[in-house]
Amino acid sequence: MRDIDIVTDMMTSSEGESEGFAVEMEEEASRHIFPIHFYEKHLLESIRPDGRHLSHARHTTVAFGPVSTADGSALVKIGDTTMLAVIKLEVMTPFADTPDEGTIAVEFIMPPICSPLVRPGRPIEVATVISKQLSDAIKSSGMLNYKELSLVSEKAAWMAYLDIYCLNADGSLFDAADPTAEEEFIMDTVITLVLNSSGQLVSMYKPGGSVVAHISTFQDCFVLAKHRAKELMGIMNDAMQLMEED
Amino acid sequence: MTHELVMVEEGDDKRVDGRTPNQMRPLSCSRNVLHRAHGSARWSQGETSVLASVYGPKSGTRKGENPEKASIEVIWKPRTGQIGKTEKEYEMILKGTLQNIIILTENPNTTTSVTLQVMSDDGSLLSCGINAACAALLDAGVQLKQLAIAICCGLTNDGTVLLDPSKIEETKVRAFACFAITNSPLSALSEVTPGSDKGKSLENGIVTSITYGSMQESDFFHCLERGRAATSRISEFLRKNLKS
Repeated sequence: MRDIDIVTDMMTSSEGESEGFAVEMEEEASRHIFPIHFYEKHLLESIRPDGRHLSHARHTTVAFGPVSTADGSALVKIGDTTMLAVIKLEVMTPFADTPDEGTIAVEFIMPPICSPLVRPGRPIEVATVISKQLSDAIKSSGMLNYKELSLVSEKAAWMAYLDIYCLNADGSLFDAADPTAEEEFIMDTVITLVLNSSGQLVSMYKPGGSVVAHISTFQDCFVLAKHRAKELMGIMNDAMQLMEED
Repeated sequence: MTHELVMVEEGDDKRVDGRTPNQMRPLSCSRNVLHRAHGSARWSQGETSVLASVYGPKSGTRKGENPEKASIEVIWKPRTGQIGKTEKEYEMILKGTLQNIIILTENPNTTTSVTLQVMSDDGSLLSCGINAACAALLDAGVQLKQLAIAICCGLTNDGTVLLDPSKIEETKVRAFACFAITNSPLSALSEVTPGSDKGKSLENGIVTSITYGSMQESDFFHCLERGRAATSRISEFLRKNLKS
């Protein structure tokens, strides 16, 4: 309920500026007809159309426990991109090759509500690939001790289902236009990992695209990513403190 | 048995199969292996082998693709079984990589299909697939801006970079990375002399970077450096192969 309020608030505030309506219309039209030109004009001034500097991430909020029926949940907003992560736990028989380990199954779900590109029916490819990446990132980071998920060796262990629902897909899912945006995306998937793994690189994901990167680009990305990781850790800690106070 | 091999490896800096860390497995590439396809190639790195075929350009693009540019369709077939999440991911990575090297404005509103069939997998599969696709595109005569050459690097616990890891090594390494790096055309333009800024920027472009496992920042750049040196060797091999 709270979140719906936030969304409506933002809508009204943007409608409030009706001054110079014709100019605004023209701007809006040029943005849609010549998007590359529109962005170029802004980037020349080292600023992005939403008023951010090139290296700034969007406003991020984390709220724990929005889904009371789940065993754990979090709602994360980065700008307008909204994700709801839910954990459900079940007891299962562990796999024969790992008798004292539990397991985690990650699913990334993009319902038609999140973007006009998604139609009901078969899940879109991007969602499949993101869930694969997420589960790789979780495994790579070593944030989970699978042994702790074991209950009785060879008999019972916890199976964690992590479902991530994309409620509003406003970029940084796969907007690989420039490496910073891409890096942002990487950090999204690595939010929790970076907390535990003391700034170690877990995933450097660049699946092709029209821009080739150079070593210096990667170095810049690292600097930005570290900064962002620190920022995110701060946000996470604040949110956790809030939860504990409740 | 495996344990003994591991001991040998740690003892004298040799790998399970007797290679040095900086040594790739033998490469082989045969082109024009399928007669119905417009272009095809079989690329092998040791026991890893991928067959790639190219059909097209066919008219029209799929829904959601930009009709003002050529669109690329990638199908990655595993050796056995159904297409799963891994294959979908590989398809997407390969598509992104190929979009970078193919001149997309050459044939707008067309689709080029690239189909890969894994023949055998003994590690470094993704890099083998990218190289196979690249060779098949060359065989089909698709116009390319540059070559993208892929290499996988494994990172052991003591920080050694293993080039072109095999399946056994892949399970043992702490982390591994796969890069696709562009290799500039041997330019006919006189102003682009080797070592000049422009030549350098063409040479070093990293199209694709995929990593698994956690590593330090310095390790990543170490991998990248080794990988880049290796890709120039692979591209030399491919160029020789094309001439024969």
